[in-house]
Amino acid sequence: MLKTKEVEFNYDNQMFFKFQNIDLNSNENLLIIGESGVGKTTLMHLLAGLLKSNSGSIKLFDKELNQMSSYQLDSFRKNNIGIVFQRPHFVNSLTVKENLQLAQYIANKNDNNRIESILKNLNIFEKSNKKTNQLSQGEKQRVSIALAIVNSPKLILADEPTSSLDDNNCSKVIKLLKKQATDFGAQLIVITHDSRLKKHFKKSIEL
Amino acid sequence: MNIFKLSIKNIFNKPLSSSISLALLVLGVGIISLLLQLNTLIKDQMDNNLRGIDMVVGAKGSPLQLILSSVYHIDSPTGNISLAEAETISNNRMVGSSIKILYGDNYKGFRIVGAEKKFIELYKGVIKEGKDWDNPYEVLVGSKVYEKLKINLGDELISSHGLRETGQSHDEGTFKVVGLLKPSNSVIDQLIITSPQSVWDIHETHDHDEHENENEHENEHEHDNREITAMLIKFKSPMNIIQFPRQINENTNLQAAVPSYEISRLFKLFGFGIETLSYLAYLIIIVSGFSLFINLFNSMRERKYEMALIRTLGASRFQLSTMIIFESLVLTISGFILGLLFSRFGVMFVSSLMEESINYNLNSLKILNEEYWLLGLSVLIGVVSSLIPAIQVYKMNISKILADA
Repeated sequence: MLKTKEVEFNYDNQMFFKFQNIDLNSNENLLIIGESGVGKTTLMHLLAGLLKSNSGSIKLFDKELNQMSSYQLDSFRKNNIGIVFQRPHFVNSLTVKENLQLAQYIANKNDNNRIESILKNLNIFEKSNKKTNQLSQGEKQRVSIALAIVNSPKLILADEPTSSLDDNNCSKVIKLLKKQATDFGAQLIVITHDSRLKKHFKKSIEL
Repeated sequence: MNIFKLSIKNIFNKPLSSSISLALLVLGVGIISLLLQLNTLIKDQMDNNLRGIDMVVGAKGSPLQLILSSVYHIDSPTGNISLAEAETISNNRMVGSSIKILYGDNYKGFRIVGAEKKFIELYKGVIKEGKDWDNPYEVLVGSKVYEKLKINLGDELISSHGLRETGQSHDEGTFKVVGLLKPSNSVIDQLIITSPQSVWDIHETHDHDEHENENEHENEHEHDNREITAMLIKFKSPMNIIQFPRQINENTNLQAAVPSYEISRLFKLFGFGIETLSYLAYLIIIVSGFSLFINLFNSMRERKYEMALIRTLGASRFQLSTMIIFESLVLTISGFILGLLFSRFGVMFVSSLMEESINYNLNSLKILNEEYWLLGLSVLIGVVSSLIPAIQVYKMNISKILADA
């Protein structure tokens, strides 16, 4: 389902990254682990179609990302990929529920039942009508997971979801992510420097 | 949820900076629209009362005063002229028709005008109730007057001397209301109209009492000594407007004034003030555009992560730029609408003030053509001030923003 081949990327001819090949089958989750500065975020942005590689090929769900226009990438992303960021971002003028409705609107969907069931599943349903800046850190992380899965993506990309958490919470969050991925039928790729996560994944690669 | 709703939520999320831009725009649009409205309404009102009057003849003095007093009934008359002299002019072959009017009294601040019946026809006055006057001391009452003073058919009005309420009252000056006029949206709405004879009758006795030491008083009872205040004249041919007034001013001791000329002179006088004020208002609108720009530019910086988020959710660059432009347009268009409301309240306020002092009514709330231009200007300000932020959002590098986080 994901196949990369000799992907290279450089920022303004200063930083140069050459990534190892990845081959991931359907129904597999993947942990990508690496030290700071090896280009983890860059790789995630390449996989999400937020960046285009200079050379090589990224084949995701049988589509070659490097051959798509920026507009096609936007559209591919909203139909296939959900992203959980290291630091949660929201639209601050909207409530939790409205943020999820906005995500659905962008993907031409409108399904309040799904929003409800996701929020219930993540135990934050009672925060539906709260502005996002009124939430605790843990609640924010859950909402950001909800945002990533609300449009039923086939792939969830998570960037350092556990780096600032203690062992207990780290394990909770990664279990939650895996459960959500399974519950909603998506594959999970986690990119992190956090080696505590190794035990949660059968398949992992090191950058 | 959609992009439009999101724009509105964003505006309400920043009430302070949004309302500053909005307030500036409301002020600018409101002032311009108020000036336009007042200008048009006053001009309409003035033109409406000018119909069918090419020239006014009265006593020497300020020509503008003569026009204001005898056409608009808002200033004191320049004085009286003798009936005989007026007759000579009205018999001139260049004169198409003439109407003699004379003042003397008021009833609770409303002027009582002695006039020929043609005067009512001139303003297309129609009797709503009652009948025309047949005898001296019978009056027709204009709509504003009977509405305000609650005058009914058959009431008796005791007049006061002069044109202001404070004048002494004549015991003998008792008028009987025989007719009420329909509203005509012209000066006769605020007048009490009677036959010239009534006014002469009152003042014959009156002058007798008051000015016994004046020279003319020995001839008082002769008909030739009757006076009028002014005569409204319509020419046979519009060409006469050039030479006839000059002839009168040079060869007689009467004064002839051309209303359309005096009024345009008046408008030029206060037109300067209006122009200055409207430049100021345009300046305010431009400042509101700048404030809008700064407002959007800052909020775009503050919101760069959420913009990046919206992009990663799959929104296109175009959708995000649209959102920024929407935000700006929502503010400018509501600024325009509130500005118009502001100006309408302003017009109502000014007209209630004016109605009290000069009995004029300016209420009319139609949208002027110039105000559609103002709408165009508001939209333009909205688009221009959001253009740079929108382009910046369009070119935003989401990967870089997210990596910096």
